[in-house]
Amino acid sequence: MFHIYCPYCEEHREEEEFHAKGQAHIARPPAPDDCSDREWGEFLYFRDNPRGLHHELWVHAAGCRKFFNITRDTQTYEIRETYKIGDQPAVSTNPDQ
Amino acid sequence: MTQKNRLQSGGRIDRTRPLPFEYNGKRYTGFAGDTLASALLANGVDLVGRSFKYSRPRGIVAAGADEPNAIMQLGASEATQVPNVRATQQELYEGLVAHSTNGWPSTEFDLMGYLGKVGGRMMPPGFYYKTFMYPQAMWDTYEKYIRKAAGLGRSPLENDPDRYDHVNQHADVMVVGGGPSGLSAALVAARSGARVILADEQAEFGGMLLHSDEQIDGVAAVEWVADRVRALGEMDNVLLLPRSTVNGYHDHNFLTIHQRLSDHLSDRAPQGQVRQRIHRVRARWVVLASGAIERPLVYGNNDLPGCMLASAVSTYIKRYAVVPGQRLVLMTTNDYGYRAAFDWQDAGHAIAAIVDTRTNPDGEAVSMVRDRGLNLITGAAVIEVTGGNRVSGVVIADIDEGGGRVTGKPYSLACDTVASAGGWSPTVHLSCHTGSRPEWRDDIAAFVPGKGVQQQLVAGAVNGSYALAACLEEGARQGAQAAINAGFEVDLEQLPIPSARNVEEWPAMPLFHVPHTKPTSRAPKQFVDYQTDVTAAAVELATREGFESIEHVKRYTAMGFGTDQGKLGNINGMAIAAKSMNKSIPETGTTIFRPNYTPVTFGAIAGRHCNELFDPKRLTAMHGWHQQHGAKFEDVGQWKRAWYFPQPGESMRQALDRECRATRESVGIMDASTLGKIDIQGRDAREFLGRVYSNAWAKLGVGKCRYGLMCGEDGMVFDDGVTSCLAEDHFLMTTTTGGAAHVLEWLELYHQTEWPELEVYFNTVTDHWATMSIAGPRSRELLAELTDDIDLGRDAFNFMEWRSGTVAGVPARIFRISFTGELSFEINVQANYGLYVWEKLFEHGKKYNLTPYGTETMHILRAEKGFIIAGQDTDGSVTPLDLGMGWCVANQKPFSYIGKRGMAREDCVKPQRKQLVGLKSRDPQVVIPEGSQAVDDPNQPLPMRMLGHVTSSYYSANLERSIAMGFVRGGHDRMGDTVYYPQADGTVIEAEICSPIFLDPKGERQNV
Ligand SMILES: [Zn+2]
Repeated sequence: MFHIYCPYCEEHREEEEFHAKGQAHIARPPAPDDCSDREWGEFLYFRDNPRGLHHELWVHAAGCRKFFNITRDTQTYEIRETYKIGDQPAVSTNPDQ
Repeated sequence: MTQKNRLQSGGRIDRTRPLPFEYNGKRYTGFAGDTLASALLANGVDLVGRSFKYSRPRGIVAAGADEPNAIMQLGASEATQVPNVRATQQELYEGLVAHSTNGWPSTEFDLMGYLGKVGGRMMPPGFYYKTFMYPQAMWDTYEKYIRKAAGLGRSPLENDPDRYDHVNQHADVMVVGGGPSGLSAALVAARSGARVILADEQAEFGGMLLHSDEQIDGVAAVEWVADRVRALGEMDNVLLLPRSTVNGYHDHNFLTIHQRLSDHLSDRAPQGQVRQRIHRVRARWVVLASGAIERPLVYGNNDLPGCMLASAVSTYIKRYAVVPGQRLVLMTTNDYGYRAAFDWQDAGHAIAAIVDTRTNPDGEAVSMVRDRGLNLITGAAVIEVTGGNRVSGVVIADIDEGGGRVTGKPYSLACDTVASAGGWSPTVHLSCHTGSRPEWRDDIAAFVPGKGVQQQLVAGAVNGSYALAACLEEGARQGAQAAINAGFEVDLEQLPIPSARNVEEWPAMPLFHVPHTKPTSRAPKQFVDYQTDVTAAAVELATREGFESIEHVKRYTAMGFGTDQGKLGNINGMAIAAKSMNKSIPETGTTIFRPNYTPVTFGAIAGRHCNELFDPKRLTAMHGWHQQHGAKFEDVGQWKRAWYFPQPGESMRQALDRECRATRESVGIMDASTLGKIDIQGRDAREFLGRVYSNAWAKLGVGKCRYGLMCGEDGMVFDDGVTSCLAEDHFLMTTTTGGAAHVLEWLELYHQTEWPELEVYFNTVTDHWATMSIAGPRSRELLAELTDDIDLGRDAFNFMEWRSGTVAGVPARIFRISFTGELSFEINVQANYGLYVWEKLFEHGKKYNLTPYGTETMHILRAEKGFIIAGQDTDGSVTPLDLGMGWCVANQKPFSYIGKRGMAREDCVKPQRKQLVGLKSRDPQVVIPEGSQAVDDPNQPLPMRMLGHVTSSYYSANLERSIAMGFVRGGHDRMGDTVYYPQADGTVIEAEICSPIFLDPKGERQNV
């Protein structure tokens, strides 16, 4: 069970208080009606499934109800950072960097 | 029967407290301090079960968690039955009742053996796959037989009367294992001020020190232990957990500990006490000091009762004052094994021989053997033992230096006990739980924990450091390091390290499979895994049949699949597989250990989460009234909702017919408090609503209500409800009962991640309001009796409007909305007033035949009107257009609302989508079962082309016929067509496609 630092509550809390909401930084296209079916389909359904670092969206559902992002290693489950919506990750998922 | 194997003195048992107990229906006596296993051995009980496949007699092999054979069914009554208890870990108490489980129909009578020893020949490795999978229909028969014969124990047929609970713990340093390393680590860490938890699976701390002759810091080891435990016990920052197995080491340094609080006291927990507890520990740093398990040697007939681990023999003699035999042969590959022979001799029993597999051992142990005048045979091995239900002798032969083959002529020796010492396997299980792969060390011929992936340190035998002095030092250093890592100060220069004698060890010999004069396949069975009856020949056969991955070998042979997870056998098995494939052990690798380390009872797993506390229940303010009035309830999420209100003698159908008629003829009332309610405020609340609902919200005035559909980005409906405008910047949204939490999270998601620039706030107010919906032609008359500050007139208070005022003197919001198609008012009052207003309505409602109805009548009444229920008539694959609710879609809205683009995808606009229609069965009395699939031609060959399923189906008393809604491909253009619903019993129900609005299509009833 994860121990997750909520960047809003500024505390570590048990995973039971959170919901995982999938890959982070999937922005809704600003003009949906201009998207092709393919583009809309990719926004809707296509997600990364990396072995290693992954940026994920979580919500402190049974806490402050705030959404925030996590950079997590999907292999070791280590959480490298958590950061607020609108912020950019400090830890890159690109192994070259 | 007397305790014939008990010594007159010594051991850590209390001879003044004899404890009678029962095993397989016979009465025995042990002493306080015994385990069930030591008491059985003291009484000379050799046989504790029969083996899984071959039905061979089995005895006690080990003295701890690694015991594969003595797996007991415990319990003096039906309700207190506990399966799969290791006799070696069960402390004896007065009146304990145990049965062997590996012994159907009885341990003494060998049924499968009697059946002509067919078991063995019938069940080569891969037997399940080769035989039992086909024909599949026979699997049920096989499974029952195998399970019964395999000794998996049984669960109780009555409820467990005991209590179990869970405790959350936080530790700076969690020390796993209370042997020399763990005690050393815990004390150093605790003295730094760190919060320390020390857990050990045994009743007493000390581990191997409890049967050691060594001295630490100049005092006897047991005294040193007592002193350390006392010191730890006096510190407020230390939690000592004896009888506590750290069973799982999970993500982010989360550990689960299974503590047995009263299993050593009685069959049932004493009054008011908890039987077992799970500690859920979040630790900053963990020190694994879990020790090592001795490996048995693999030789012919090594499973005969009387074959034991050398360390277990020492434990029984020194700790329990039990010598489990008369005449010992010890076979060892290392100096540690000698201890068993010395203890045996010190207890005054005979030693036939010490057989050392090493060619020229010459360490301290060997010189002690010479001093003691014992018969030492080197460069040789016990290649097989002989005997029926107990060892009666051994066959010894010289072997070559590598242990690969027999080089000398075999000869026999008489004995009744064979102790084998094949070296140590560090208890790497917990480290493996974290995903860390163990690493092979050639110098000690063992796997040790690999690089830690969490905040983990290892100390002592688990780290491959077996010497006492090394354990003590590593424990102190790792305890200090853990404390420092957790933010505490320890002076490493001044670290007190307990001192112990340094013993000169002669190098151990790696030997995983003792050679025989015959090839493995024809030699007497050489067991690798006792519990699953896997032999060396079986492992070799698996590799010959092409199973090269150790994980495949494991699954093919069942090696390591027992309740002991192969604690004894795995390393030997892997080494045999590796050798058979001409690979090294590290190349072959190891299987992965997973939680739990030892079996955990379901009681402990459930804790207090049972019965009333299994799941929270949500009750409305009027719940008690519903109960008093005989309501039947249904679960909707965590809510208990009144389902229907049968009167005495009424069937469900009769009650529903009455409730439906009363509502349409006069007035009915429903408790609608469970509907989700979300308060939405802010300058941009209206704009926000327009983005999340499919219809238009720009012009909804204050005092007005509107129905809305909520879709996902894929265009599929997921919730619906009425939202009311309370003020220009204030709205009240209602959701389905089950969807409330999801909808709130959905709104927050879009606000926080997509449109943070909108000024809007959401809060749940579901529980703040009690909601009662009165529906029927006389609802206005009834309400008028209780409110004098709202004009309820048809033109003063229009359909889809709300008013605030008072009802029965209580401040209320009244919504003129309808889910029944009747004239209807939804009264919302602060929840605390709910019951009062509800009762007032009934006081005044008698003359109108005010009738309470539940969710079932609500479902029928709304279905008569063709109103959908999101989640019943939708399933995540349905657009508003599929539902025939195009009127609820406003594509001209300036903002591309959620769902708009999705609904326009190619698949969503294609013809012949499944569309929601009404359905009338040809026979009006037949209710089509929900879920039935429509077909055009019921006589077509299987598989039929299915057109869609029935989503809602009821008998309508008002219409005096059955009604249904369901999906039919292209159904909106097929009004009047006939479709067929084939049933599981072979009958076919014929139905006509119609409008889903069965009653009052013009909506006149609610517009009065
Ligand atoms: Zn938070």
